[in-house]
Amino acid sequence: MLGRVANTIYWMNRYLERAENYARFMDVNFNLSLELSPNEEQQWKPLVVITGDWPLYDSLHGKVEKTKVIHFMAFEAENPNSIYNCIVNARENARAIRTEITKEVWEQINALYYLVKETSKQKRFNNGDVRHFFNDIKNGCQLLYGMYDATISRNEGWDFAKLGQFLERADKTSRVLDVKYHLLLGSAKQVGSSLDLIQWTALLKSVSAYDMYRKKYGKLSSSCIAEFLILDTDFPRSILSCLISAEKSIVRLSGSSFGYSNTAQKQLGALKAQLEYTDIHDIIEKGMHEYLDDIQGKLNAISSSIYDAFFSIEPHIS
Amino acid sequence: MPKLDLSAYDTKGFHDEMFDENNVVRPNYQLFLERLEKMSIRKLKNLQHATDRSQLSLGMTFNVYNDNQGVERILHLDIIPRIINNKEWTHLEKGLQQRIRALNLFIQDIYNDQKVLKDKIIPKEMIFSSVSYLKELEGFKPPKDVWCHITGSDLIKGGDGQYYVLEDNLRCPSGVSYMLENREILKRTFPELFEKLDVRPVNNYTHILRDTLESLSEVDNPTVVVLTPGTYNSAYFEHSYLAQQMGAELVEGRDLIVKNDIVYMITTNGLQRVDVIYRRVDDDFIDPEVFNKQSLLGTPGLFRAYLKGNVVLVNAPGTGVVDDKAVYAYIPRIIKYYLGEDMILPNVKTYICAEESDCKYVIENIAKLVVKQTDASGGYGMLIGPKSTKKEQEEFIAKIKQKPRNYIAQPMINLSRVPTITEENTIEGRHVDLRPYALFGDDIKIIPGALTRVALKKGSIVVNSSQGGGSKDTWVLNR
Repeated sequence: MLGRVANTIYWMNRYLERAENYARFMDVNFNLSLELSPNEEQQWKPLVVITGDWPLYDSLHGKVEKTKVIHFMAFEAENPNSIYNCIVNARENARAIRTEITKEVWEQINALYYLVKETSKQKRFNNGDVRHFFNDIKNGCQLLYGMYDATISRNEGWDFAKLGQFLERADKTSRVLDVKYHLLLGSAKQVGSSLDLIQWTALLKSVSAYDMYRKKYGKLSSSCIAEFLILDTDFPRSILSCLISAEKSIVRLSGSSFGYSNTAQKQLGALKAQLEYTDIHDIIEKGMHEYLDDIQGKLNAISSSIYDAFFSIEPHIS
Repeated sequence: MPKLDLSAYDTKGFHDEMFDENNVVRPNYQLFLERLEKMSIRKLKNLQHATDRSQLSLGMTFNVYNDNQGVERILHLDIIPRIINNKEWTHLEKGLQQRIRALNLFIQDIYNDQKVLKDKIIPKEMIFSSVSYLKELEGFKPPKDVWCHITGSDLIKGGDGQYYVLEDNLRCPSGVSYMLENREILKRTFPELFEKLDVRPVNNYTHILRDTLESLSEVDNPTVVVLTPGTYNSAYFEHSYLAQQMGAELVEGRDLIVKNDIVYMITTNGLQRVDVIYRRVDDDFIDPEVFNKQSLLGTPGLFRAYLKGNVVLVNAPGTGVVDDKAVYAYIPRIIKYYLGEDMILPNVKTYICAEESDCKYVIENIAKLVVKQTDASGGYGMLIGPKSTKKEQEEFIAKIKQKPRNYIAQPMINLSRVPTITEENTIEGRHVDLRPYALFGDDIKIIPGALTRVALKKGSIVVNSSQGGGSKDTWVLNR
């Protein structure tokens, strides 16, 4: 497979996963805000912080307002990570690698593209419209994952796709947990109150984890939730689960399962092992934020090593 | 609900493909008209809308040059087809085969023995002054002596009901993906007509194309790629479509590298040798070492590899010399010279401004002629005399006087018309041309279908997609 094509597939899948996550984050937050006392800053700033784009938001808008945050994350042309830009980029990538995907997948990406194009032209949004849009994005992306799963061969392209998708998902789960965990523990006086429960529930729902968490643990507790989202090996959106899946792909791409044959495989294997051999109390003791921050740094390093190992031209010309 | 009424349809002044001069439907359109007249206006409108939607969903979009980046348009597909009967088609087929065979011999000759020049059939200055003539190819013979593997000639039908060849397009003719996808869409629009009408299928085009490309290489199971300038090119949809339909890798210039005069693509597992390149990048941009030094679309060394016979380029470089509109004027003589036959499909009468008497005639009669720049395409660099202002005519006269070699002129032809759905949901005649596709490997195959381009604006005769043209599916009947 062409290095450029592999890179494009990888990023197409990252963009799609990102768009889907943003839609879910906002939808859950929207729902949550309806039941809380109106304080837009408190309710909506953390969302922007999760995405890592707070400095950009701050420079563009300064004041935190619900409609501005939604616009920023959903449609803002200047925000490279807005849903709009993610879908436009994913579709542009899909065009460039049209020969690697099926008609079903292409038409679905194209449908998402026309959805964001049309919606972004709308001048005014009422609450219902916005939630419809979030829902359409979530469903549209999940439909796409299904088509990918059902129509694409398990070849090299597939593995680059999965690598992109799972690394993106691991990153987003770690970010949601990082920001929310602190906010929630910070308001210690509300621990155990009904408000607190609503917020912890919202955190789980942001990563579609509520139902599966309930099934496994029953009661809500901060350490169990953290354990579930970081270390669970069965839930497909936990950080460790994502790393296990990503590793399977990189092993196939690198051609060896013993040890490692490139830096990306080495770093990914090491991070997976780190999570495999730790428990939640170690993490809490060391500091949740520090721990998650370290994970995010390592995920970024893995992504640039993947670029060096597979996509860039230099290693091939010698 | 109001039914469609075509009784007021106006055929005056032009050859119409559906109705004859007495407004009687032609036999090839009989069944179609019956279907159309049973339809309500609303139904027709709905069918047309569904077509627009399928095109968007398939991503059949193109970027317009000089337009804002990121603006994508669909090539409007009018659902009323152009229908051609078998007799007319057989004539076209023979004419095109004759023409392509002769042109291929001509190209081989001008880069090798140059007999046609020595015998003064065509002035040698005409060839050597063409920007598309590549001196670097002198003495070169491509595999199987085939230069123009893929042709998409532009044909028109005049008021006399005769077909004429307007342009040969031997470089990178585009539009074949629209021929193929238009058919898929129309089969959904009028399934019952396809059942009854015996329309010849076109969908084996990509198989024949793949076979043609593979046949040019001596390697078993050669690696075939499609070379595209990239996603910003206006024909990108077609490049990706053809690559995908053929199961070939779609590459850009930066994906290729030449080492020891062998072309490789850069893959995740190292370098892989490439044997055949269906390139959709113009000659001037394929290799910055030899041609345009600024080109970022090409691959340094590609031309060297080609001359060594280590890779096949399709179409061969240097074929553009036939697309030069001044060379076009000599094609009747070229056919006679190489094949000893009279031309089956006539040319449009052409005045060559490089020839003194013609030039004088053009300047005196500019108001009734169509003047064209010899190295331009896509409907650019052109003056339509009868529709131009005095000032525009004077500007063109000045240009012609300055560089006569760069201009030719032709009488204005009243292109034939096909009923077309207008923006107001009425049906009116609109001017069309016809672009059939030919593949030249072991023999010359003409695909029984074509892209019919239609000038959507009332009265317009410019059918180019970049200038407000749309398309129609073209049905070639088996009888």
